[in-house]
Amino acid sequence: MSNSVTNSNDYLQYLLKSWSAKSASELTGLNQLRASAIDSVGTQKLPNKHDEEWRFTDISPLTRLTYPPSQQQSRLQFSDIDKFCLQNTTNRLVFVDNHYSPDLSNVADSQIQILGNLHSLMSSHASTIESHLGHYAKFDHDIFTALNTAFLHDSALIIVPAKTCITEPIHLLFIASQQEVSSYPRSLVVSGPDSKVTLIEDYVSINQSSYITNTVTEIRLAAHAQVEHIRVQRDSKQAHHLANCAVSLADSSQYQSICVSLGARISRYNLEVQLTGENSNCTIDGLTLISGQQLSDTHTSIDHVKPNCTSRQQHKCIVDGTAHAVFNGKIKVRPQAQQTNSSQSSRNLLLSNTAKVDTKPQLEIFADDVKCAHGATVGQLDSEEIFYLESRGLSKTTARNLLTYAFAADVINRIPVASLKQQLEQIVLNQTQGI
Amino acid sequence: MIDKNSTTLLSIKNLHASINTTEILNGINLTVKSGEIHAIMGLNGSGKSTLAKVLAGHSAYEVTAGTIEFEGKDLLALPPEERARAGLFLGFQYPIEIPGVANTQFLRLAYNTIQAQRGKDELDPLEFDDFVREKMKLLDMKPDFLDRSVNEGFSGGEKKRNEILQMALLEPKLSILDETDSGLDIDALKIVANGVNQIAHKDNAIILVTHYQRLLDHIVPDFVHVMQAGRIVMTGDKKLAMELETRGYDWINADQRLATGVNA
Ligand SMILES: Nc1ncnc2c1ncn2[C@@H]1O[C@H](COP(=O)(O)OP(=O)(O)OP(=O)(O)O)[C@@H](O)[C@H]1O
Ligand SMILES: [Mg+2]
Repeated sequence: MSNSVTNSNDYLQYLLKSWSAKSASELTGLNQLRASAIDSVGTQKLPNKHDEEWRFTDISPLTRLTYPPSQQQSRLQFSDIDKFCLQNTTNRLVFVDNHYSPDLSNVADSQIQILGNLHSLMSSHASTIESHLGHYAKFDHDIFTALNTAFLHDSALIIVPAKTCITEPIHLLFIASQQEVSSYPRSLVVSGPDSKVTLIEDYVSINQSSYITNTVTEIRLAAHAQVEHIRVQRDSKQAHHLANCAVSLADSSQYQSICVSLGARISRYNLEVQLTGENSNCTIDGLTLISGQQLSDTHTSIDHVKPNCTSRQQHKCIVDGTAHAVFNGKIKVRPQAQQTNSSQSSRNLLLSNTAKVDTKPQLEIFADDVKCAHGATVGQLDSEEIFYLESRGLSKTTARNLLTYAFAADVINRIPVASLKQQLEQIVLNQTQGI
Repeated sequence: MIDKNSTTLLSIKNLHASINTTEILNGINLTVKSGEIHAIMGLNGSGKSTLAKVLAGHSAYEVTAGTIEFEGKDLLALPPEERARAGLFLGFQYPIEIPGVANTQFLRLAYNTIQAQRGKDELDPLEFDDFVREKMKLLDMKPDFLDRSVNEGFSGGEKKRNEILQMALLEPKLSILDETDSGLDIDALKIVANGVNQIAHKDNAIILVTHYQRLLDHIVPDFVHVMQAGRIVMTGDKKLAMELETRGYDWINADQRLATGVNA
């Protein structure tokens, strides 16, 4: 490659140069945020394996992938994306290579919700946007958040007014269609007091090409708000996927996250949940299903700031081939967060002798009157269970698939959108078809 | 029932099998013809379940000598699923729990696999539901067992009924029921025995592994075999089971020694 650069600083400089070539006047209201993010990029470097947070995930191959930001060029038709759309889901925002596509999008009920491209809603909702965007996903200690913010362009914006219940799930569909580009999807969800919304954040690709997706999602729940957040990463198996999601919960709010990670050659998902209000509660279910040479790293942090909050987390990894899954689950209980009730479970299934998993709970508990339970297991399919199924005529492959599916079932069954649930069931049932 | 026109389903000759180099089966000979019901009895650890699992093709056991033919074909050459598809069924002594797999999903998958093998129609979930509910009535099973995970949290007796339900669905040619009667209360024993009797006919055969005569009151065997240290040491008719019930197994050893001329 002609643009090959080898060290982290050159790489970052290269990326920034490629961006400033674009028109800078597009996002007048947000130029300040972008400018500080650009400055911040200048002071950071790409993490390497000596950084504790990146111990298992070698991100250095990125410096060899000097992919410029994606340009608006693809003209996808609805027939191209039909297979990604979910039945009975009419609220849909579609971004192709992170360029908002109004033609492919659909907003069912614009009366009760504010939903669309942040870019075009900037003038009418400037103050809401400015008081939330960049407030939860901080860029000064994370290079990828800094890059995403520096490259801020089209973004999904959902504002749910107070006392509003949106019954239809909102599908945010991020489609990669070009190869050897970088795109920087961004989403902001602001849910008002006593509101309720279900959101599906979905990363897909048109072809199995190489590209970089660097995403940031911010979700703010006001008092008594309820947000169900389903995240599906099914990027190309050649792609790199870097993601940060920051969630902030006010009093008595409820956040439910189901995160399914299937795609990408290398992926990293950081989920940071801050329980900043009393009596708030979060449940986080994660499923990583990888094979071949994939590497999938999930880092979560649940920060109990205030008293009387609960968090429940389970993370499951199913790893085949020579793939490598990483789970690091931090639970922090601050001194004033008494009566915290928190549980975490990490369960891992290795489908081959060469598959690998690193799992680590990380408890930082500074309050004394708390309940915190955690546990981790790593295992293989049970040969007696396989034999039982075979003795009823099921082939070895079918038996393994069924048991693999069974392992994943209690995460997938939590997905409240039937069509998405069925799609994922099929993917898991076919996972070990190759054997 | 013993029938002159019957065909040989199973023929075991001089079967030796070991696990982790420990020999457990030690020269088994057994022939089972269609229409017949055989009972295998014997002390704990004599190798009854091992024989059953070797027949079903469990990979932990290594067959070191001997042959097994099923309808004239070499059974040992087939992997477990093909043995099942050929019409062999093992009702497990300890049916395993499979959390996360719904019983109905499992039963339908098994049923349709065998149906496809036989060139018969597969059933969709609705059709299967009607079909399986009928079969469950035969065994006095509540329909909510369909929605639960396979055997998960089932009581010992419920697991055994679920085994017989599978037998009823799959209509095997040869069923080996390994201590299906253990853990059943007296009413359940009657129900299960009645179910088995309804499934039994002149073209299939059943091998019952049991410790108790009371099962054989309900399912009357044509042959009773006694296993000891990995061999069949005595074969008789249903009267042998009654004799074992009253006299235990010790006298067999004495008889054996007499018969083979070995002094104690
Ligand atoms: N994995 C194993 N490793 C070592 N020995 C084994 C193994 N499995 C079975 N055995 C031994 O093989 C012998 C036969 O066991 P088997 O289960 O066939 O007996 P059984 O006749 O079915 O007894 P029971 O009436 O108690 O069910 C026993 O001594 C048992 O301990
Ligand atoms: Mg036994």
